[in-house]
Amino acid sequence: MSVTESPSLSRTERPAPARGGRTNRSARPPRRLRTRGEIRVWHLLVSAVVLALLALGSLFVGVSDITPTDLVTGDPDKVRVFLVSRVPRMAAILLAGMAMSVAGLIMQHLTRNRFVSPSTAGTVESAMLGVLVAIIFFGSQSVMAKMGIAVVFALAGTFVFLQLIRRTTFRDMIVVPLVGIMFGGVIQAVTTFFAYRMELLQSLDTWSNGDFSGILSGRYELLYLVLGALAIGYVFADRFTVAGMGEEFALNLGVSYTRVVNAGLAIIAVITAVVVVVVGAIPFLGLIVPNIVTMALGDNLRRVLPVTALGGAAFVLVCDVIGRTVRYPYEIPVGTVVSVVGSVVFIALILNSRRKAV
Amino acid sequence: MTTSPAAVSPAAASTAHEAAQLRRRRVVLTVLALLAAASVVGYLTVDVVGSWTFVLKLRSTQVAALVLVGTAIAYSTVLFQTVTGNRILTPSVMGFDSLFVLIQTVIVFLFGADMLAQTDARLKFGFEIAVMVAFSVLLFRLLFRRGSHDLYVMVLVGIVLGTLFSGLSTFVSRLIDPNEYLTLQDVMFASFNSVNEELLAVSAVLVVAVMAYGVRLLRRLDVVALGRDHAVNLGVNHRSVVNQALVAVALLVSVSTALVGPITFLGLLVANLARQLTRTFVHRWTIPAAALVAVIALVGGQLVLARMFDFTTSLSVIINFVGGSYFILLLLRESRS
Repeated sequence: MSVTESPSLSRTERPAPARGGRTNRSARPPRRLRTRGEIRVWHLLVSAVVLALLALGSLFVGVSDITPTDLVTGDPDKVRVFLVSRVPRMAAILLAGMAMSVAGLIMQHLTRNRFVSPSTAGTVESAMLGVLVAIIFFGSQSVMAKMGIAVVFALAGTFVFLQLIRRTTFRDMIVVPLVGIMFGGVIQAVTTFFAYRMELLQSLDTWSNGDFSGILSGRYELLYLVLGALAIGYVFADRFTVAGMGEEFALNLGVSYTRVVNAGLAIIAVITAVVVVVVGAIPFLGLIVPNIVTMALGDNLRRVLPVTALGGAAFVLVCDVIGRTVRYPYEIPVGTVVSVVGSVVFIALILNSRRKAV
Repeated sequence: MTTSPAAVSPAAASTAHEAAQLRRRRVVLTVLALLAAASVVGYLTVDVVGSWTFVLKLRSTQVAALVLVGTAIAYSTVLFQTVTGNRILTPSVMGFDSLFVLIQTVIVFLFGADMLAQTDARLKFGFEIAVMVAFSVLLFRLLFRRGSHDLYVMVLVGIVLGTLFSGLSTFVSRLIDPNEYLTLQDVMFASFNSVNEELLAVSAVLVVAVMAYGVRLLRRLDVVALGRDHAVNLGVNHRSVVNQALVAVALLVSVSTALVGPITFLGLLVANLARQLTRTFVHRWTIPAAALVAVIALVGGQLVLARMFDFTTSLSVIINFVGGSYFILLLLRESRS
């Protein structure tokens, strides 16, 4: 997106990745804010306009042939397909993309680790386990109730992960996501076990691979919940930035560290659970977009958050259009496309960060 | 816990100690062998209903496959850990079984299901394994070009590579004609219950041949385990030993993945358990121990799950659960030291 192409991409002034344990946190100077890239209102506006154009274009990609003239002339069948399927799909893509990227961004601040995101900390897997539990034990309850259970599980899982990494005295940049991925794998094994016993493996498959092909009007509106979470995230943004500089630093500035962390966890859990229930897991999304954006624009969360949201929406949109066109008229789920693109970018990020850190 | 073979034993006391260790290892191996034999006999005979000849024939194919796969995974993991010089890496953590699935998918995509159906299964298998060995040796070489200085980066990259490979296989399999894909699905994703008999014989020959060849390497691998510099100083052709071991690993991983699909954490569990039980790094002891533990875990696990609890095919899930927890434990412990 145009915003990330702002002139000063030099990374020379970036501080070394936050390493070392909490034990020596008092000895370490607080992490310096990266404020390299200047971001102005017109940057945001331009990228929003580009995204809007992309989104509009995506409305006319699909199996049944719909052109803008059809809408003007008012062909009733085509207008119906457009309103029931195309528009909801676009809305879902934008919402899910924004939400997951911002969730990743907040998580990276709270854990002070650039490689942590809902998909590398067991949050996504915990949410899936929650949905499974909801279906097995509370099958007759409303979707909202099931979502609530998924949120509780996502919260609990993320909390356990935080405790787990608190146990390691040497909180290495790389070890933390490794523990997270393995923790997610263990939860996934539990989920698969029960899904298999209850013959719910097929349903499990729909949550584990993000896919927008099932989005129709009436089936995705819960996604608007993430707008609330995003708004709260924006309000809390400055406090997250402060919390990201360490517990002691935050306390010195009069910010209640625990409360801020809990608020962040709640936002992350709600976003992850809602996206998993409605769309399914989209791997690496919360990892890649925030990393690329903060590399260019620095660490001030309030400034970076809107760009991250836009970038996430654009990334998912592009991946979904790729999935829709590569094997036309069949579709490749967006989760598959993102996992291919995302893992390549992630590997590049890891290798790059290590080369610089050494 | 280490009893290095090169340890100088100045006094009779340490000779006595050595003898005690030796006795201990023999006892461990004997107990493991008995347990493995008991699992195999149990698997064959427990709960037989109806025709004995039919049941025995069916079950002995399954047992043979499980024993073969268990041995292949154990052997390849021990070799791989020695060559890479650490206890956390395994070929499957590095994504090599997903690589095999990817290669199979790409071959189907390129040549089509019809052609593959007409080709002899053994020929196809041979071709796939050749491609796999070529690719994986290339990848090993790239990854370990400068040694494995940065272990955790290695592991993380490996895990993400695994995701990439399986993502790519899903991607390619969606490009394959849906009808063709359906006919192929059960061939590609085999499980413990459906084992291709034709491939079993070929695989058995291959595994036995690779392991027999590997036996000649074991003494030199003991030296390689000391690290590259030591090995070179002690006059071992490090590069050649590592290359041979990697080819053996690639062959064994291909065979086991082709037979039952990926079982991510079995290798990690059995290799580390074997070292703990035998209290040594000497391959002559660890490899048989690891293979026996793998057979007990697979055959015994399947026996207990399927016959006693009536759970089917969820063994790999349980192995992933136990193995994943163990992996976290190893990570936390290693990163502390």
